Amino acid sequence: MTVNSVEVRHVSKRFTLRHTRSLKELAVWKSRGRDLTNIFLALDDVALSVRQGESVGLLGWNGSGKSTLLKLISGVMRPDQGSIGVRGRVAGLIEVGAGFHPDLTGRENVYLNGATLGMSRRQIDRLFDDIVDFSGVSRFLDTEVKFYSSGMFFRLAFAVAVHTEPDVFLVDEILAVGDEPFQRIAVARIQELCKEGRTLIMVSHDLPMVERICERGIVLREGHLEHDTDITSAIKLLRQTDRA
Amino acid sequence: MPLREPGIGGGLFYVARWRFLLMLLVRKELRVRYRGSVLGIMWSYVKPLVQFLVYYIALGVFLGLNKTSAYSIYLFSGIVAINFFNEIFGNATRSVVLNADLVKKIYLPRELFPVSMIWVALVHLVPQLIILMGGALLFDWRPGPLNLLAGVVALIIVAVLALGLGLLFSAVNVLFRDAENIVDLFLMVGTWASPVLYTWDKVYAKVPHWMWVIYQSNPLTPAVELMHYCFWYPATHQSPASLAKAVPPNLALWSLLSIFICMVALAVGQLVFARLQGRFAQEL
Repeated sequence: MTVNSVEVRHVSKRFTLRHTRSLKELAVWKSRGRDLTNIFLALDDVALSVRQGESVGLLGWNGSGKSTLLKLISGVMRPDQGSIGVRGRVAGLIEVGAGFHPDLTGRENVYLNGATLGMSRRQIDRLFDDIVDFSGVSRFLDTEVKFYSSGMFFRLAFAVAVHTEPDVFLVDEILAVGDEPFQRIAVARIQELCKEGRTLIMVSHDLPMVERICERGIVLREGHLEHDTDITSAIKLLRQTDRA
Repeated sequence: MPLREPGIGGGLFYVARWRFLLMLLVRKELRVRYRGSVLGIMWSYVKPLVQFLVYYIALGVFLGLNKTSAYSIYLFSGIVAINFFNEIFGNATRSVVLNADLVKKIYLPRELFPVSMIWVALVHLVPQLIILMGGALLFDWRPGPLNLLAGVVALIIVAVLALGLGLLFSAVNVLFRDAENIVDLFLMVGTWASPVLYTWDKVYAKVPHWMWVIYQSNPLTPAVELMHYCFWYPATHQSPASLAKAVPPNLALWSLLSIFICMVALAVGQLVFARLQGRFAQEL
């Protein structure tokens, strides 16, 4: 029996575009009431569920709500309406290197970032060598990360993230950096994670890569869920819709 | 494994499960604070010493407050407590905004940031306590168990109050950066609003009773007085009869009230923090 890893139940998310901060603005805001043009509906009644072990590509042009949806699933943001359920531990590669601190060494950052992504000390100890091998920056492990090149930084951060052993794996536009050989092993690693039965939800504008990694594609457009089908058809459907 | 809603933590109780990350955050904070510094952690000895000297010379010598016996111990034991409070409260208030990068991208119990500031402040507290004890020993300090208990209770009151207020203001600070300026004001007033530099009886003699009640209701006041009872009073070697003059009336009762007020502050802080933290990621 397959169970759902992620359930998104009629979720909506609004953002306030212009924030009132000064006293004058607050006074105006109070007297006129909430300005409706000031509200942006990033997600509008989106419902979907992802089975365990599935790999799903979230597709859509800029501003379609993909990243917002990912942030809601990871728990960084909370939905305004509807609810979300997740089974097991979620690790978001919402942005590689978030949680890295430039003044700490590579080694310290591996521990800090690993712990931030929910790993225990024992887990990091066990996987430390794998992470370093994968990143290929072992020579610079005791150098502060601020002296790293952007490629080295990315590789180390990515290495930590793909070793966190989460049940649900969220990937947002992270393969854009890194050179081609590294991209190749990165993709291979993600495919390996899928084979291990982990659930993958991925956002990327690199459509050929999404097609290679994912089985299922979900097309979002202006906060609405437009299509939910296999990845090849989803990409085709996305390409037919011109950007709004 | 059940389906679970992401982004809902168990508040402060949940922090214990993230001990490892908490420890790393504390280490990061200390490392970052002393990066590229030759003296490093030694600064946490230098700063309070200079602060102490300034107060001692200006208030003790010039204004003649050192007529109080062992005034240097009196002064420093209060400074230590207030510094501990100021550091936790001030840092905690800014902690969420300063960690915006993490808050916006990865979900973790955000209470970790204010809580980690207690440990950072503790690291700075220990050297000050050592200096304080060393100084007190010069005055032949012989504390009893009750004195030491008072010191421990004082520091707990300070830490809990600072964490409660820190949680409250760090959450508000995400929405309104005014909070950190308000906190700076609090901290400025804090040193003077409790008997750190002067003795309590000067207040007692000057103000009407209702103001005395307000003065004593500030949990920092009994905390500082407990610090005096711990470090200063046993260093003055007064006859037991003079305890009534050295320690304000009903100190034990006021301390209990302080503990209660601190618990309320912590509960309110946690409640507001929990209410607002759902909005952190989009407001930062």
